[in-house]
Amino acid sequence: MLTALHKRLLNDFQRDFPLSSRPYQEIADMLGVSEADVLTALTELNDNHYISRIGPIIPPNQLGVSTLVAMSVPEQQIQTVADKISAYAEVNHNYQREHQFNLWFVAIATNAEHLQCLLNAIEQDTGYSALSLPLIDDFFIDLGFKLDLQHA
Amino acid sequence: MLDVRDRQLLERVQLGLPVCSRPYAEIGVAMDMPEVEVIERLIQLKQKGLIKRMGVIVKHQQLGYRANAMIVWNIPDHLIKQLGQRISQFAFVTLCYQRPHQAQWPYNLYCMIHGKDRATVLRQLEQLSLDCALCDFEREILFSLRCFKQRGAIYQHSASDLKSHE
Repeated sequence: MLTALHKRLLNDFQRDFPLSSRPYQEIADMLGVSEADVLTALTELNDNHYISRIGPIIPPNQLGVSTLVAMSVPEQQIQTVADKISAYAEVNHNYQREHQFNLWFVAIATNAEHLQCLLNAIEQDTGYSALSLPLIDDFFIDLGFKLDLQHA
Repeated sequence: MLDVRDRQLLERVQLGLPVCSRPYAEIGVAMDMPEVEVIERLIQLKQKGLIKRMGVIVKHQQLGYRANAMIVWNIPDHLIKQLGQRISQFAFVTLCYQRPHQAQWPYNLYCMIHGKDRATVLRQLEQLSLDCALCDFEREILFSLRCFKQRGAIYQHSASDLKSHE
């Protein structure tokens, strides 16, 4: 069950997280609670998998090169193939979607050569061809996501 | 624009800020950088746009947003920037990208919608399509069925790591 404090932490601190020596104290002051309350509530959110982390969102292709990859895999094979792909450290998202192209993952590498090597290795490892759809332009200005937590 | 230390700092901090009284100091200890420098560099990186936002990264699924659709359109190249920017303005849109057309895949504009259920997502998509005049373009809706892996981008691995998979 989410408390009022949990909800404020989830919605109000997705951006502009304080960049100061005691950020959780600063948040606590804004919310009229103690630093310990904030630390406890965030630990609970973490433990219950409501948040993945507190951190930066970095625009794509700033630190390396990335691509979105589509694969078409028979339904009965998808778990096995997906597990093989997820095992690569360079893969950070891996989803099954409703389409003939049913497996979609994002791969990130240090440079174009590394990325190509990775895709070759994945194709060889799985036996399916990888349709690479690298980013051309990113239109999204990420300001966080307004959650409706009325019933949460 | 990015020096080696910025790069190391971003790699470190994207793993998640420690939940403790002085998190930037703790990160600094791990990479031998004074707390003030950690903070100053992060402020600079944000100003330069190398950090889009800094804060709590929520897990939509766990918070009741169980429907996630990737919608793709085939848009004439000269319209894509303008449409991409308009689509990005909608609060329920969580990503919006241009990617190349391919022979087996004609679509070049991608957006992601997270909603509480399918009906909501489809309603939101309808609104988006009408408001942005997207109805005439070839389109597909790909709802996600299963998430096998989701975590922040990790950039530090080198090509040599691939050997472990061979």
